[in-house]
Amino acid sequence: MSTPLLQIQGIHKRFGGLHALNDVGLSINAGEIYGLIGPNGAGKTTLFNVLTGLYQPDEGRFTFDGHDLFRKKPYVVVRSGIARTFQNIRLFANMTALENVMVGQHVRTHSGVIGAIFRHPKARAEEAAIRTHALELLEYVGIAKRRDELARNLSYGDQRRLEIARALATRPRLLALDEPAAGMNPSETEGLKKLMQKIRDDGVTILLIEHDVKLMMGLCDRIAVLDYGKKIAEGRPEQVKNDPRVIEAYLGVAPE
Amino acid sequence: MNFAFLQTPRGKLITYAILGIVLAVLPWVLTGGFENGKAWVRAVDFALLYIMLALGLNIVVGYAGLLDLGYIAFYAVGAYCYALLNSPHLQAMLPYWAHNPPFLLMLLVAAFTAGVFGLLLGTPVLKLRGDYLAIVTLGFGEIIRIFMNNLDRPINITNGPQGINNIERVHFLGIDFGRPVQWLGLTFDMVHLYYYLILAFCVLIIFVTLRLQHSRIGRAWVALREDEIAANAMGINIRNVKLLAFAMGASFGGVSGALFASFQGFVSPESFVLMESIMVLCMVVLGGMGHIPGVILGAIIVSITPEILRDVINPMQEAAFGKRVLDPENLRMLIFGLAMIAIMLVRPEGLWPSKRRAREFHEHDEEARA
Repeated sequence: MSTPLLQIQGIHKRFGGLHALNDVGLSINAGEIYGLIGPNGAGKTTLFNVLTGLYQPDEGRFTFDGHDLFRKKPYVVVRSGIARTFQNIRLFANMTALENVMVGQHVRTHSGVIGAIFRHPKARAEEAAIRTHALELLEYVGIAKRRDELARNLSYGDQRRLEIARALATRPRLLALDEPAAGMNPSETEGLKKLMQKIRDDGVTILLIEHDVKLMMGLCDRIAVLDYGKKIAEGRPEQVKNDPRVIEAYLGVAPE
Repeated sequence: MNFAFLQTPRGKLITYAILGIVLAVLPWVLTGGFENGKAWVRAVDFALLYIMLALGLNIVVGYAGLLDLGYIAFYAVGAYCYALLNSPHLQAMLPYWAHNPPFLLMLLVAAFTAGVFGLLLGTPVLKLRGDYLAIVTLGFGEIIRIFMNNLDRPINITNGPQGINNIERVHFLGIDFGRPVQWLGLTFDMVHLYYYLILAFCVLIIFVTLRLQHSRIGRAWVALREDEIAANAMGINIRNVKLLAFAMGASFGGVSGALFASFQGFVSPESFVLMESIMVLCMVVLGGMGHIPGVILGAIIVSITPEILRDVINPMQEAAFGKRVLDPENLRMLIFGLAMIAIMLVRPEGLWPSKRRAREFHEHDEEARA
């Protein structure tokens, strides 16, 4: 087995008295779909925020693709190849779908003020490339027809897809999806599952938080379970499903 | 009305040509058609300066969504920059090479200095937003003005409340903008010469703003306004992008200020009070935040209306009562305030908003009707 793509060890994050992440460690291999589950308030989203640089962990180690990302700013994390979506969709609501994806490419492009004002050939070429790639990504996630709609006017499912397209625009090696199927009907969920598999097949590793257990079991290669800020189980879906600690965390202990 | 014709290349060309001709002959129509035409041209010159200011503030407020109530400070910095290097006041202290620098260089210095002040304001407020940001920027504007008011001691730099006098007019392309020039049988007075000068820079600033708007940087600003956390998570370096917005906006103010100082021939802290910041903000909001034509319209309306009031209300009063009962200067703020309230109630998106902003405000109406 080669070295994992992402590796964290002993991550702690405290908010005042709340120990939101307590000695969490996990490693994700390139090319897998890695699921993260746990009851509400278990620390899944906190872990996401740590992994994407929005929160600075208190202790621990965090390496990704050979880079040390412990306590690095989000733009460093994104540049290293981690992109994310949000649990409660955070699109640029008053920008069009196309513009949203164009913004996503900010981190991989370089034109500055001079390029913007003088539009020299290099800046022009870059702008054209940004546009073309944005269109490709909208096509890829299947909402190309709605490219000129404001993000706020898209249907819920399309907003989720647009968020994924925007995250893919940063050209990530790891795509972190925070409850992408929340609020979707079964057919939308099925479409999303296909999309995630397509993304994985195209070489992007996926880290996924989701409550839809059926979806997770059918999709993930490995799953980790968080409860009260601790990792209580990790392994293949069927292993995790039958782990007594996981059952306890979700259903409580049967009285003696 | 059908504006489709204006979208075709030919339509655009014709529109710009007509606009160009109108702008070129405007000062002559004013001086020829009105008794006090020169005062009108002067008012138009000031309107152009305000357009530059409004476009600068539009970058900060309209694009990046950072409410700045002290914007006039950058206008002040540009104006004092010009004044100090181009008047006898400081020249005994300055080395010879710093006296009356070439005009374009002078403008670059003013823009750069104002930009540095923009960074000075931007750095401490990086983490602030909304009301808190407004309060700090308001304080910053006042700090600059108070400094200019008091920097006559221990070393007399700004000459305090008396201000700086005898500022040299612009000398550019062999023309002394302070003296009338005969050309093509026309006498170009100072107001005319400055009209064309300021107009040229105004067009330049419009051009720069347009280019920035449709660029990677412009998109990053809008993303920042829309959702700072998401922008952050998309790998936009929030700090740099914010500072760039402050610096760009400030440098526009600096250019405008330098032109103002040379046009006026005199600067004092009184020109840079809080009310001026608020006026510029009103121009942006009233016209349509983030939309260049709207902001220009807002600047013209807000800066020209008082002049029109003066010329309309006085004769009206004299006709009606035989004397001036109310001084329009006193009425100005009242009328202005009422107009602002009316517009914010009826058209909160501004008089001429961008399509994006109009949709933002009005799609709920449609939903409500449906």
